[in-house]
Amino acid sequence: MPVVLETVALEKHFGGIAAVAGVSLSIEKGARHALIGPNGAGKTTVINLLTGVLRPTAGRILLEGEDITSLDAYKRVQRGLARTFQINQLFLDLTPLETVGLAISERLGSGAQWWRLVGSNPHVVEEIVEILGRFHLTDVMHERTGNLPYGKQRLLEIALAIACRPRVLLLDEPAAGVPEDERHEILATVAALPADVTVLLIEHDMDIVFSFADRISVLVNGALFVDGPPAEVARDPRVKAVYLGESLDA
Amino acid sequence: MPPALVGKVAHRLATRARWRLLEYAFWLAALASFFLLPNRHLILTEIAWLALFALSLDLILGYAGIISLGHAAFFGLGSYLAALLAKHGIVNEPVLALVLSGLCAAVLGFATSFLVLRGSDLTRLMVTLGVALIMREIANQIPDITGGADGLQGVVIAPILGLFQFDIFGHVAYAYCLIVLFILFLLARRVVYSPFGLSLRAVKGNPLRAASIGISVNARLVTIYTFAAFYAGIAGALLAQTTAFASLDVFSFERSADLLLVLIIGGTGYLYGGLIGAVIFKLMQDWIANLTPQYWQFWIGLVLVLIVLIGRDRIALRTGGVRLLAERITRRFAPAAAPVAVPPGEGS
Repeated sequence: MPVVLETVALEKHFGGIAAVAGVSLSIEKGARHALIGPNGAGKTTVINLLTGVLRPTAGRILLEGEDITSLDAYKRVQRGLARTFQINQLFLDLTPLETVGLAISERLGSGAQWWRLVGSNPHVVEEIVEILGRFHLTDVMHERTGNLPYGKQRLLEIALAIACRPRVLLLDEPAAGVPEDERHEILATVAALPADVTVLLIEHDMDIVFSFADRISVLVNGALFVDGPPAEVARDPRVKAVYLGESLDA
Repeated sequence: MPPALVGKVAHRLATRARWRLLEYAFWLAALASFFLLPNRHLILTEIAWLALFALSLDLILGYAGIISLGHAAFFGLGSYLAALLAKHGIVNEPVLALVLSGLCAAVLGFATSFLVLRGSDLTRLMVTLGVALIMREIANQIPDITGGADGLQGVVIAPILGLFQFDIFGHVAYAYCLIVLFILFLLARRVVYSPFGLSLRAVKGNPLRAASIGISVNARLVTIYTFAAFYAGIAGALLAQTTAFASLDVFSFERSADLLLVLIIGGTGYLYGGLIGAVIFKLMQDWIANLTPQYWQFWIGLVLVLIVLIGRDRIALRTGGVRLLAERITRRFAPAAAPVAVPPGEGS
């Protein structure tokens, strides 16, 4: 399988601290790739570098072979790289209907139109309805997002990334903060993604990681520690040490 | 997918932009004021251009979240240009001169928009204030052109479209300002209900996420800032044309600050805030100034304090209705029932 997303010796320093120290990561097309590691390992920083929220101190990022290291965040989205956030980043004053419609209009290139009314494009409306249905948001689509229960907001968080129709999707702890009995809904929507969509997942819950991933990278102190298929990573004594050590600390 | 639902959603989206009953009432009242209050046309004229000026600020503040203490920069430029175009007979026809003045203000808006892209509200307040001060000083330093501190005298405004001559009672002036206000309001209304307008609210609400769904945040901010500067320039040009005069106070800090006051009175982010605010502000100013000319500032200050103190609940009433207010009250009395789960910190 061809490599879709690649980092070359990626580094990010905050002051004197190296949050990400020389990470070279290859993600293959259609992969279900998990990025795990203890708290503070730099996982979210890697996502922020990949999506352009942060600029790396050194190193390169390649998307489908093209260097996107200095590309603006919104342009990366237009090239098919979308993400979700660990802590919901939503438009609290808009409705789910408006929110999803926004992302779809933007993808279709009609987001900057000022002479048409929202909803005058039937393709956009059809797709909004489809996505809201898929994420169980149809019944609340006219409510203000800020008033929705957390579980629904979490679904919208993921729906919004899906509405960008990404070729590469970065999920930053999609089930974070969601009660146990609502998790399956979110995980089911993630599992139902088309096979050619590449997914990079950050997750703390090892049950989710091992049921989902076909490849796992372990990040410790900003550096890539182990990288391989789940069975291999599970057997690795160093990974056990890191996680056992952490759980003992905690 | 159910086609019935698609139809319903399309209908729902279409009704977002439907004219509400109160909107008809507002504009009918404005039209009626022209016929029913002929001896109040002078102050109504002032209300009309102030409303347009406030609408301009609402476009950037209420929809894009850009706060400004220097919106008079564009107002003043439009004002001087309209006066100069008429005085030197460069463009005699007022409507054409109006549009030209607005366009020049838009150019200034575009050029200075890059200064407000970054930074906090405080940075933006200072930068916009600075731009207006610079504009005022430039006008002050070229008295050959602007008349300096004496203002630009000897401006004669030609009849509108060659037909309607301005009169001293303000009849033509009010009709002119009201029509311009209405046309530009319709345009602004179209814009805020468009995908572009919706994306502005997204940018205001959460710029990080807006960029993460492919919105070019900076491009949107530059566009709306330029657009708003056009409106402010037109408002300034209306002042110059209806008074046949322009002076340095078109750039003054008080003008920018009063404008914020107008918006605070009327509320932001629903287009009518600036219009209603302008009506209340001018009538209040007129009324109090008649009562106690020397204490006008005292009363307006008091009103401002009161508005800000009760502001939160007023806003709640407007956006979410009684339900939201009720929720807020319930929450205040039962803080333990906060339903929001707190996600783990962004530590990894």
